[in-house]
Amino acid sequence: MARKLLLEHINVPGINTLDVYRQKGGYRAVEKALKTLTPDEVVEEVKKSGLRGRGGAGFPTGMKWSFLAKPEGVARYLVCNADESEPGTFKDRYLMTYIPHALIEGMIVSSFALGANTSYIYVRGEMMPQIRILERAIAEAKAAGFLGKNILGSGYDLEIYVQPGGGAYICGEETALLESLEGKRGNPRIKPPFPAIAGLYGCPTVVNNVESIAAVVPIINDGGDEYMKIGIGRSTGTKLISASGNLVRPGVYEIELGLPVEEFIYSDEYCGGIANGKRLKATVAGGSSVPVLPANLTLKLANGEPRLMSYESLSEGGFATGTMMGSGGFIAFDEDQCIVRNTWNFSRFYHHESCGQCSPCREGTGWMEKVLHRLEHGHGKMSDIDLLVDVSKKIEGNTICPLGDAAAWPVASAIRHFRDEFEWHVKEPIKSLQGNYGIANYAVPIPKAEVKQEN
Amino acid sequence: MIKEYHLTMSEKVKVTIDGITVEVEPGTTILNAARQIGGDIVPPAMCYYSKLEGSGGKCRTCIVKVSKGSEKDPRPMPKLVASCRTTVMDGMEVQNITSPEVIEARSGVVEMLLINHPLDCPVCDQAGECDLQNLGYEHGLQKTRYEFERRTFERIDIGDKIQLHMNRCILCYRCVFTADQITNKRVHGILNRGDHSEISTYIQTAVDNDFSGNVIDVCPVGALTDKTFRFKNRVWFTKPVDAHRDCPTCSGKVTLWYKGEDVLRVTARKDIYGEVEEFICNTCRFDKKKTADWTIEHPTHISDTSVISSNHYETMIPLPVIQEDLRLQEANKVELEKTAKF
Repeated sequence: MARKLLLEHINVPGINTLDVYRQKGGYRAVEKALKTLTPDEVVEEVKKSGLRGRGGAGFPTGMKWSFLAKPEGVARYLVCNADESEPGTFKDRYLMTYIPHALIEGMIVSSFALGANTSYIYVRGEMMPQIRILERAIAEAKAAGFLGKNILGSGYDLEIYVQPGGGAYICGEETALLESLEGKRGNPRIKPPFPAIAGLYGCPTVVNNVESIAAVVPIINDGGDEYMKIGIGRSTGTKLISASGNLVRPGVYEIELGLPVEEFIYSDEYCGGIANGKRLKATVAGGSSVPVLPANLTLKLANGEPRLMSYESLSEGGFATGTMMGSGGFIAFDEDQCIVRNTWNFSRFYHHESCGQCSPCREGTGWMEKVLHRLEHGHGKMSDIDLLVDVSKKIEGNTICPLGDAAAWPVASAIRHFRDEFEWHVKEPIKSLQGNYGIANYAVPIPKAEVKQEN
Repeated sequence: MIKEYHLTMSEKVKVTIDGITVEVEPGTTILNAARQIGGDIVPPAMCYYSKLEGSGGKCRTCIVKVSKGSEKDPRPMPKLVASCRTTVMDGMEVQNITSPEVIEARSGVVEMLLINHPLDCPVCDQAGECDLQNLGYEHGLQKTRYEFERRTFERIDIGDKIQLHMNRCILCYRCVFTADQITNKRVHGILNRGDHSEISTYIQTAVDNDFSGNVIDVCPVGALTDKTFRFKNRVWFTKPVDAHRDCPTCSGKVTLWYKGEDVLRVTARKDIYGEVEEFICNTCRFDKKKTADWTIEHPTHISDTSVISSNHYETMIPLPVIQEDLRLQEANKVELEKTAKF
């Protein structure tokens, strides 16, 4: 049984209340940090732990914290990014629903480390129940003296506010989130300046994902060195994976990084294999923004070694044969699923969610969506496939924020790996409307030589 | 002499754009450094406007490649950057027209800007002085690859003098920033998201302001047009003349656009990058359309690459008096070169 740090007590009845959470060792980290450590020591522990941002980019959290500018007389802010809206990702919602105090505890420790006296949790507007849960948890923590003035007699003051967003995906981008939090339209800002220098209201700000902040709690409890021992290489600790799609047991799983993908999909401890006795055709390993991979490349690297659930192993092979850890939204497709339809669905999402600031993303996402719609509905042309690749290239890297890249990668990768299926949709429009392409050779192990050709 | 120059300018930073080195003040953007050099290496800018704080970074037409970050950190930047919002570092090397990657990406941006543009230049008042037209001409494809219906909006009247034609809008946000700067009220004037965003009500309410007419001048395309000039004439049939008047609200320095005896429209004076020199008030722009209202200065200089210059005062054929006098020939060198060119 793998070690659990965040979800250890998830099945304890009443863990969402402060009393039960305290009985299970909750708020030890707050006591330890505020009474025995200095803010810099907390930052140092997090640095030592090797914790990497769980929101998608995987930037080391400790390093992000140490970049925070600390000018005299200027407020600093910690903002928790709970605007989880990536298709396929639902781990933060799970965490906030069932064990909200883990987030509050992490917020207190992190705010203390950063010297923030006001912190915000920016929650996506659709998650109203979770907002209520968090507000109740904050009230409980405040009543118990973990929030407010002079916490635990340490002289440290902290207030945490929950801010509902308007439900825009773009507000998960940190600078758009800050704009939205300031009450403006959620358009990403042009960087530099980075939020660590000028963020919320122009003050130094750190924006962290829910899971990153919650992970600070075990780091402080057990020490950064202990945390670093879990995981593999530079991917340390545990990670919540939201598994969805055609799996026997979809849901949120806490895994130790470095778990083989094959074990994650097929073992009974985790997803329990593909539902209804079907075969795996493809996966999206880290939420809709990352490249989609066929089954053969999901389970094995191009050189035949097993692929692991870690930042490095998932991105092994670059865009040619790899994908990314992303936010941990693991979507599995069985042989009955249509990649063209799924790609269209994703690009429809990005078309709807593009903020409209940069021209390539504003116009390009809509264009891709329309072309994919045509392909899926049997009106496509052979030239459409190359057109899609070309449009996705023109969006990628040419925008202010990564939404453009996120919109381009699923399309580019789907065509890279599933070109046969796209061509079949053009050649056999009627058949493609009635049935689907099936698994084809997507699960057949790729010989090394062929991969080299692709590169 | 040169040494002294370098000593006194030691605080300045050196940047090389397409092989041309220039020394600029620290904090200058790549685009403004390029404008100091001038010529073909200046990246086109659709959304950046030097007079509007916070503008730029959105249209992506000014993207350039930074092949060397700075003297201290010579690594190239991983992505193409928006030159209007990237500040120069000492020793930075930038590629604009010398980089095929940039040209490729820019033509991609132009294509994106055009796919939902109605391309109604034949009936658009902006034609002839439209930044998008110029850009499309320089970088665009012969034929569109977009085979879908373009998005459409209803025309909106912003007050009785300005019309908003959202179909043509490229969402550069310049008018929003203008409204922001002149009114100090709300911070945004865009509704909706993505490719269905539109400039909206905020500007409609800003129309009371004395300077609201400037949104027409800052608009790089024909989305905001002057209703007092709408369909009156093509710009290349009109003759621009610089003039001024004693105006209590603005500087009163304008360009009058004549057709025969009549002043068809009044605009602010624009520099070679299409940016106004000074914002003018609505009274000057919409109400003073008689020659008697103005003190005429001289014909406006129009770039000889502009379609407007084809009908300009500066005649192609040098007058006989010039042909005989060497000093006058020297003074009219540009005109004589034009004659030779055609």
